[in-house]
Amino acid sequence: MTGAAHPIIADSELDSYIACPSCDALLRDRDVGAGDIASCPRCHSVIEAPRPLAMTRIIMLAFAALILLFGALFFPFLELEAAGMVRRATLFDTVAVYSSGLNAPLSYGMAALIIVIPLVRFASLLYVLGPMALGWYPLRFAAPVFRYAETLRPWAMVEVFLVGVAVALVKVAGLAHVSLGPAFWAFSALVVVTVFKDNFMSRVTVWKTLDTRRRS
Amino acid sequence: MEDAGHATQILTAHAAGLAGCTSCGKVHPGGAARCLRCGTPLSPPDGRSLQKVWAWLIAGLIVYIPANVFPMLQTTNLGRTTDNTIVGGVVDLAEHGDYGVAVIVFVASVVIPLGKFAAIAYLALSISRTVRLNADRRHVLFVIVEFIGRWSMIDVFVVAILSSLVTLDFTATVKPGIAAVSFALSVAFTMVSALSFDPRLIWDVEYPPRAKGSET
Repeated sequence: MTGAAHPIIADSELDSYIACPSCDALLRDRDVGAGDIASCPRCHSVIEAPRPLAMTRIIMLAFAALILLFGALFFPFLELEAAGMVRRATLFDTVAVYSSGLNAPLSYGMAALIIVIPLVRFASLLYVLGPMALGWYPLRFAAPVFRYAETLRPWAMVEVFLVGVAVALVKVAGLAHVSLGPAFWAFSALVVVTVFKDNFMSRVTVWKTLDTRRRS
Repeated sequence: MEDAGHATQILTAHAAGLAGCTSCGKVHPGGAARCLRCGTPLSPPDGRSLQKVWAWLIAGLIVYIPANVFPMLQTTNLGRTTDNTIVGGVVDLAEHGDYGVAVIVFVASVVIPLGKFAAIAYLALSISRTVRLNADRRHVLFVIVEFIGRWSMIDVFVVAILSSLVTLDFTATVKPGIAAVSFALSVAFTMVSALSFDPRLIWDVEYPPRAKGSET
């Protein structure tokens, strides 16, 4: 991408330019091929990085993530054994811990951060990108759905929770015998899948694709 | 209009009298209210948006105080109850010899939050030119702040996991203290503060467009 040379640009030419979403630098828009990376010459943030078959891959990863999240929800993720008693904790138990007293709002907050928001994001990605991967027109409200999914991005804290589990594990290890349940592995896989998915996703590319495929 | 003839100087969409979308990069004629492609509200870079950053930052700082004064974790072992504040918990861990975990918790709950308060404040002050920092350094600082904020949630998750595992079945019980909710709020507020920061301001100070922008 090259810097713009003319300060005054006719309205009809606007589509051949792009403004860096991070720093507003006006750049000449070019077709970025799969595997190529377009970054801003000023702030060096990546503007577009389409990957081959990205839409299909994101769809599959989001679907896998959805299944893993359900697994993580309903199986115990840690088992504690002490004095002949076994205590299993599921994600629900963990969220419910804060449900009494002054901490009650935190219960909802945690449920949102580690269950609801990731769930909503995976579902909305399927909704928005599913038709793209299949070569269809975007579904109704695809644009607002994708916009909100992107707004929620920093608030999906699955990977932060996983580090929390690791820390808790060490803290409790001296107290009793702890073993990892199936949900822990589901959660770990979920983190890996999420990282891959975010890696494949290029926001500007998605917007451009939605725009060109729009039924008009 | 400015002469954008300098090869080294980058023209921003705003300086060219246009409005660039901060989400998808589409360039609109100046004065457009919403992006036609993704629906994101468009607004010119404006130093006044820093007020929002300061407001959330101060809110985050205020709730960080009770988070440190009140107990984060209440441990009952054989009828003896001890209240642990955040720092107390770290000291406990270190005394048990779990230095690695102690460091993780200390970094996540003390170093990152305090560092983030300082970093956001420094960034905001450098935009209003109270302190000097060049644009590239500012950009690096911004990227770090944006990336690292969510990891402070670790301690809140750890407390929840511990409490759900170590319940009444055992001789020891762990209950979350009221500091947990204020700590979580502090993390959330500083995240909102960092998200309200307009990265376009990072660059505009060093480039002429900002003076022009304040007239519009």
